[in-house]
Amino acid sequence: MSISDLSFLPSAQGPSVRAVRDQFHGDLLEVSMGPQHPSTHGVFRMVATLDGELIVKLKPVFGYLHRNHEKIAENTTYLGSMPYTDRLDYLCSMSTNWAYALAVEKLAGQSVPDRAQYLRIIMAELTRLVNHACLVGFLFNDLGTSFTPLLYAFREREKIIDLFESLSGSRMMCNYQRFGGCRIDPTPEWLKAASTLVDNFPRFLDEYETMLTGNEIMLARTQGIGRLDPKHAINAGITGPVLRACGVDYDVRKVDGYGFYPRFNFRVPLGAHGDTYDRYMMRILEMRESVKILQQAFKELPEGPIMDPKAKIRGFRPKAGEAYGRLEGPKGELGFYLISDGSPNPYRYRVRPPSLINLTLLEEMCLGHTIADSVVILGSIDIVLGEVDR
Amino acid sequence: MSDAPSSPSAPAVGAGAPGYTPFPAAGNISDADREDLRRHGVLMTSFEELYNWGRSNSIWPLQFGLACCAIEMIAAATARFDIARFGAEIFRPSPRQADLMIVSGTVTKKMAPLVVRLWNQMPEPKYCIAMGACAISGGPFKQGYNVLKGIDRFIPVDIYIPGCPPRPEALLNGLIQLQQKIKGEKLTGPDAARFTRADKPSEFPIPDYGAHDLEPTKNTTVWSPPSPPAKV
Amino acid sequence: METVEQIRDRLLARFPAAKITLVTNPGAAAEHSLLFDAASARELALFLRDDSALALDYCSNATGVDWPDKEITDVVKTTVPDPAGGAPKIIEQKSTRMQPGCLEAVYHLYSMAKKNGPVVIRLRTVNRTDQVTLPSLTPVWRSCDFQEREIFDLYGIIFEGHPDLRRLLMWDEFKDHPMRKDYVEPDDYEWEPTAHGTVLERAKAHQPAAPAKEAKP
Repeated sequence: MSISDLSFLPSAQGPSVRAVRDQFHGDLLEVSMGPQHPSTHGVFRMVATLDGELIVKLKPVFGYLHRNHEKIAENTTYLGSMPYTDRLDYLCSMSTNWAYALAVEKLAGQSVPDRAQYLRIIMAELTRLVNHACLVGFLFNDLGTSFTPLLYAFREREKIIDLFESLSGSRMMCNYQRFGGCRIDPTPEWLKAASTLVDNFPRFLDEYETMLTGNEIMLARTQGIGRLDPKHAINAGITGPVLRACGVDYDVRKVDGYGFYPRFNFRVPLGAHGDTYDRYMMRILEMRESVKILQQAFKELPEGPIMDPKAKIRGFRPKAGEAYGRLEGPKGELGFYLISDGSPNPYRYRVRPPSLINLTLLEEMCLGHTIADSVVILGSIDIVLGEVDR
Repeated sequence: MSDAPSSPSAPAVGAGAPGYTPFPAAGNISDADREDLRRHGVLMTSFEELYNWGRSNSIWPLQFGLACCAIEMIAAATARFDIARFGAEIFRPSPRQADLMIVSGTVTKKMAPLVVRLWNQMPEPKYCIAMGACAISGGPFKQGYNVLKGIDRFIPVDIYIPGCPPRPEALLNGLIQLQQKIKGEKLTGPDAARFTRADKPSEFPIPDYGAHDLEPTKNTTVWSPPSPPAKV
Repeated sequence: METVEQIRDRLLARFPAAKITLVTNPGAAAEHSLLFDAASARELALFLRDDSALALDYCSNATGVDWPDKEITDVVKTTVPDPAGGAPKIIEQKSTRMQPGCLEAVYHLYSMAKKNGPVVIRLRTVNRTDQVTLPSLTPVWRSCDFQEREIFDLYGIIFEGHPDLRRLLMWDEFKDHPMRKDYVEPDDYEWEPTAHGTVLERAKAHQPAAPAKEAKP
């Protein structure tokens, strides 16, 4: 009887997973959870090597949605790239627009009027509500509840994107932010409708939590699954709710204080264990904090212009230089790195995708768990392939 | 029930189109008599009509969302827009059990061989809807080294739904048009549907990953570049 | 947090053999960066991460940039006195030289422990053709794992010490590095309804020559 080590993988969590082939253990099975799969959240492929049902190796494969956004941006003006940023993270177009506008305003030294800052925060937090509600719905899809929580989440999403549509003209691809402000001023009726929606949102959250949070099956399938160590998470560049679930207090809204976030009174929820259950609870708690921010914003929204009068729209040529602008998107730290050479098109345009970098430790999180758990872990990381592959 | 195809005077058109009668005349019975019989609870139709009606009202799409249009496809399946009214709420994860592939989102060159492979794995009768500008022609990402300029380069597309992304109502409209197309399909005769004919291929060669591009870049039996409009 | 100049001085004091240059950022953002040489980049990065004052434990962004070879024209103006006694003439001498291009990797570092940043560091290759290796900073910050693979895929920089350097976004058989400035896309614009510029030329090349006008019957 000969024992040959097929792979010895040091795992971040401690004891390593050894895969051996001998007469007692069977062969390892390599499964491609291919790009067309009901639960890979888009065209994402995982090549998993299984010992029975346990994962011993997991390699993600990207690029099935690589639409060369960065190359197109080098041939397009700065403003012309704004609709493309909608299509990066297609669930959260308002906050991706803001991240790009933030980076360009940093590059050009452009200031933004007060009302526009408040409007941006309103749109970003509404987007956070949409994203987190849909994420919880998709996560429960992966857990096997087929469609019901997703239908509840999409009901709320439809209400919010109806607001976006009446404001910006499009449900998903809003193209709302501009360099120096926002595109359209909401009417008082819009503000009233949005404010009413936000005031009713905690009732939806209570309904959602009653159904989901204490559910036995959900607890059994998510607690202790996919633990992430905070030191490894920091080193791997994980950001967003996934990082905060490990207990690391890093929220770019508090650290950088971009926009007018320092004026708002909100807490940052932190997890204790770094497992899938904590990541789920992060989203629920962040939705509650977003409601608080929105209520404050609607109360304090000042009158005034929504666009800086000195902002140049036509013939926008920022001076040569570079800038890295980042914000706390619903999925993590979303950053744009721009190098300008004085021409109307950027010389280098780079998106820092939170979804791609949050996948760095996917293998470590999934080792030793079953393949069914890997689906749940992937769901809790919250990826959108438009952002991963750009 | 008569097996004869519809009479030549009443061409088989899909439901909802002008000139469509619910019970196409078959044999010598006029439509007025047929309507009369129906009121008495007797249904007279043709086998083809019944078969097409059954197929079109229970289309099972393949769960195949590529990009942003996939979110609108999921929204079409949710309670507000409700694709279940049309019998199409069962999105099958396996291509073996699906009969509609809604290509929703940008098809990249890396993904194109897999789309063709999935198409080949679907059993006939099968249909393809190209949803969104990217699936029709590459869309906003047309200048792309990795973007396939339209999925119809490799597989035959039945319905094109423009939009970026098209609203869920637009997807439902496209689905209704597909249903009309299916209802108008003939099972016999010179212009019978593709799946009844042995000479029409239902599997297409899968392109390979080349050093610079896919090989071949397009399937010339399925698609040829349209000629530019003549100068006026 | 220390300024970029202070960080540079401290690094030079600690690693006197390293070559560190300050690259100023002329724009409004004023994010100046430090250019490291490839030989000492790894130990400098480890110092930046483990230093108690800086604690740059989080690498937010790793990017590739392509600087192609640039033709620079030097104009030298010399004043030549007029032998006839009139006004002195100014003669311009133009000489062109090729400034060799390079590929560059830019890293944005933040500190999660101290909640400050960014510190921007750059690494440049020797040229764009054959000497395109740089040390990988993945052993220092794991977040560079996928990002360096993407830089390898799209720009062609080979990172030494990377645990798994292969293409990320394009398929493995792909040969080019698409984000380079001199990349030519494959030609599949057989017909474009609103073509313009270079795409129009390429689309025209595919169309057959216009047939002669036929007489109407």
